[in-house]
Amino acid sequence: MNTIGWPNFRSLNQEGIVFAIAVVLFVAAAIGLPGFIDPNNLVAIVRSVSVLGILALGMAVVIIGRGIDLSAVAIMAMSVAWYLQLLNTGTSDGLAFAYVLAGVLAIGLLNGFLVAYADVPAIFVTLATGSFVFGYVRSQLITQDAVPVPQGHWVELLGGLRFLDIPIEVFVFAGLAFLFFLFLRYTKWGRYIYFAGDNPVAARNIGIPVRPMLVLRYVLSAFVAVIAGLLTAASLHSINTRVVNSTLLYDIVLVAVIGGIGLSGGRGGVRNVLVGAALIGILLNAMTIIDIPLLYQNLIKAAILLGAIIVDGILNPRDEQTAQQGDI
Amino acid sequence: MSFRERLQSWRYNLVPDHLVGEILTKRWTDNAIPFLALVVTLATFGSVIPGFFKLTSLQESTRQLGEFSMVVTGMTVVMLGGGIDLSVGSIFALSCFSAVYAFFILEQSIWLALAASLATGLVFGAINGYLVGYLRLRAFLTTLVTFIFGRALFDILVTTYAADVQLSTATSDVLDFIGDSTFWGLSVSVWLAIILAIVTHIALTRSRPGWHVLAVGGSRRSAHNAGIRVRRTVFMTYVFSGFCASIGGFLIACRLSGAGPGTGLNLEIMALTAAVVGGVSLGGGRGSVIKGLMGAIIVLTMTNGLIRLGYGTGTNQMVLGIMLAVAVTIDIRWLKNRHKVLNEVYVAPVYLRMGETQSAAPGSGTPYELDNRLSAADHIGLGELEGPEDVILDRDDNLYCGTRHGEIVRFFAPDYVRSEVFAHIGGFPLGLAFDKAGNLISCVGAMGLYSVSPEREVKRLSAETSRSWTSIVDDARLRDPNDCDIAPDGRIYFTDSTKRYDAHDWALDSIENRATGRLLVYDPKDGSTKTLLDGYRYTNGVCMAHDGKSLFFAESWACRVHRYWLEGPKAGTAECLIRDMPGYPDNINRASDGNYWMAWLGMRTPSFDLSLRHPDMRKRMTRRLPQDEWLFPNINTGGVVKFNEKGGIVEAMGDLTGGAHPMVTSMREHKGYLFVGGILNNRIGRYKISGADPNWTSAASYWGPKP
Repeated sequence: MNTIGWPNFRSLNQEGIVFAIAVVLFVAAAIGLPGFIDPNNLVAIVRSVSVLGILALGMAVVIIGRGIDLSAVAIMAMSVAWYLQLLNTGTSDGLAFAYVLAGVLAIGLLNGFLVAYADVPAIFVTLATGSFVFGYVRSQLITQDAVPVPQGHWVELLGGLRFLDIPIEVFVFAGLAFLFFLFLRYTKWGRYIYFAGDNPVAARNIGIPVRPMLVLRYVLSAFVAVIAGLLTAASLHSINTRVVNSTLLYDIVLVAVIGGIGLSGGRGGVRNVLVGAALIGILLNAMTIIDIPLLYQNLIKAAILLGAIIVDGILNPRDEQTAQQGDI
Repeated sequence: MSFRERLQSWRYNLVPDHLVGEILTKRWTDNAIPFLALVVTLATFGSVIPGFFKLTSLQESTRQLGEFSMVVTGMTVVMLGGGIDLSVGSIFALSCFSAVYAFFILEQSIWLALAASLATGLVFGAINGYLVGYLRLRAFLTTLVTFIFGRALFDILVTTYAADVQLSTATSDVLDFIGDSTFWGLSVSVWLAIILAIVTHIALTRSRPGWHVLAVGGSRRSAHNAGIRVRRTVFMTYVFSGFCASIGGFLIACRLSGAGPGTGLNLEIMALTAAVVGGVSLGGGRGSVIKGLMGAIIVLTMTNGLIRLGYGTGTNQMVLGIMLAVAVTIDIRWLKNRHKVLNEVYVAPVYLRMGETQSAAPGSGTPYELDNRLSAADHIGLGELEGPEDVILDRDDNLYCGTRHGEIVRFFAPDYVRSEVFAHIGGFPLGLAFDKAGNLISCVGAMGLYSVSPEREVKRLSAETSRSWTSIVDDARLRDPNDCDIAPDGRIYFTDSTKRYDAHDWALDSIENRATGRLLVYDPKDGSTKTLLDGYRYTNGVCMAHDGKSLFFAESWACRVHRYWLEGPKAGTAECLIRDMPGYPDNINRASDGNYWMAWLGMRTPSFDLSLRHPDMRKRMTRRLPQDEWLFPNINTGGVVKFNEKGGIVEAMGDLTGGAHPMVTSMREHKGYLFVGGILNNRIGRYKISGADPNWTSAASYWGPKP
């Protein structure tokens, strides 16, 4: 029975709900908060979620393939910190960049290898490698928590770059989102990710190279993290490695999950990341304007994330038939 | 014997290869790697850090260890139940704050502070348990989120109240005692941790709720099907974890007399690493409190040791990351490949040179010469039966046999067309015998010695004997009880063919050829079971001599029949009666003419005899070839052999066509007919023996004429 004038609630998915909430919040903030609707503030919102959104794109690809990458923030901060440290100690730019890329590739491969070929749950692998990357780079390769960008380096110039008065990272985010959209939607391997995430055993049986693709996803996620790290360093003129211990990682998961990418894999896309990022961006901006202290913001975000996971658990219930023993 | 063969026999008969496989079957080998890691860690840091083992230094580290190991105990229980609790750090910190708040700011008694602490932990644990247990959310992410939530809350509370705590003047002797003093040389926190560990260990291994936790962790679906309340059990594990973390939090509140931003930081990854390094399996069901404690000591020694060695910020995380990754990988790979390794190394063949034998080929003119008489046997129960290893008839001429479905089937006289399931025992009923009272005694493969009364009541007589001192696998358990017979005084003599393999793996035992077969006796007067003889290559059929003063038993893989004396000057000793037969002997039973029937389950072949002289080849074979390409004893031809009291062979018969009775495992003479069974056959054969006493029955021969 569908009464006229009422939307069909059954057809409402999480993405739709979140989008509606985002719109309502936006309207409410625009009316209630002074300065929210100001173009500069709107640009600030988009800018603030750009880095988060880029990280969430990488996370989304991993989650769609029924995995998770908890080492993303560690790779983002530590790779760039090492890069800047190398530059500050006089290594040539090309060589330093090559070192860092090789290191990031190695960690991505390690993550992928342990998940795909050693059958270790992704959560533990990436938790361990994240801890290792932070600890190794912090204790062996850099000397202090924050590493500044050298004067006049291209990373610094990148931070000042504007196009139509909009900071460059917004365009990078938009460009990456478009690329990921094309990849997931129109390439063979992009479609395979959905199959592998929805039912890995069946995907393997029909001949999809499930395990090499798994490795690829973690490598991809690691490189996306480096891009996000470079943009962060560009806008702040330094990189603070303490971000690894902050709640940024959970914000990334929040963006992906709240946008409607099911943690059980096989569902979601770039649009979900955009919707999730929009909601979080508006929320954070509104909280900052209202002047809620950072600690309370964390509390509120955690509450929202908890709500999102509960809703995710209800909308995408775990399939008892295909769930593996020990799938935690 | 050539020099090469002598070397082979030394190498394979004197080196106990089989012990490697037996040790690997032990659950405690799971502990070996963590225990080695523990020893190495303690030795390394003990030697690198001066004064590491000094009392004062240990005092401080053990205090920390007490708090930490409590958290790990809680984490272990959650992981055993198949979950994970990342919020322990937050619970720990919040409980610490609750105690501090109640004591220093509200200036309540220390006991109220403890209550506040516990309440915090229990409530937090209950929230986790509700979300994961009842709402069935993913444990990892859910507790990760509650961890962030708790941490954010704690950070807010600490920054708000830090100054007030500093200014508070509340003191308590109890608090100082818990925080600083020792009791019998150990601090309160260590005592509490030990008590908690013992109680938890007993609860997990000896109580119903503990078993439920392990069952749910081992297989959630099976636990649910078995009627265990899975959701409530999972819920309780989180509540328990919250409880453990809150005691830890209370103790640190006493030790530091306050709470700071660093309280409980990184505790979750440390506790997780400790549990996994100790050997508690991800995904549940495997592990113990002791393993968790071993992991706790390893992790704490490492992190504290590195700090004291002066390594900089981040080293801890690096080492924790490496340890976690390595431990999780080893755990997963070990669980996955353990049985493969076990299969690889378990079969450990020995060297044996079989004696020269006479031929059994038709026309060879030897006493063993087989003919084709058995192929003419009538069949009973063709196609209805699967695996009648032994057959027996009662005083009313009804026929009984075991089947591979664990049943004893009765065919009704006189035509043996109609049948019924006489009793269901389980296992694989093998040897059968009637005692004086008419109870059917059966050796049930993989289970033990059983008795079925005429009223069909199944009773277990014996499932174990005394364990030998040098055994590694439990050799008290009867693995392959094979045949039995009953002495005039009512004692039941029976064989247990092998200590190394279960009943259905008899072929592996033949390839390994290790002498582990036993002759045992069960005494119905006191219900005891004793091992009489040990060290035979697959003891099989047992039969009382007609005079009841000795018994015959077959040693299958050595192709021998032995005589064991019950009375007389040689009582308690065995002597070899027939050696180097051309066939592998199985059951032995009395014949009407005062001789004995013996079944041959298969025939020796030159190729398999040769392989017995090449244990290295058999070892390679079991490791590298699929099972259906292995060299086995030939069981495509068997037969029935009659021998006399002196060991002389009277006659031999077989089924050369292989159509009706290729492999014969038993035969029973009854009123002029021979009833023939085979463990892989689908029928019982009935063969008319020419010249046999048409009134002779086994029951009368044992227990006298019908009363």
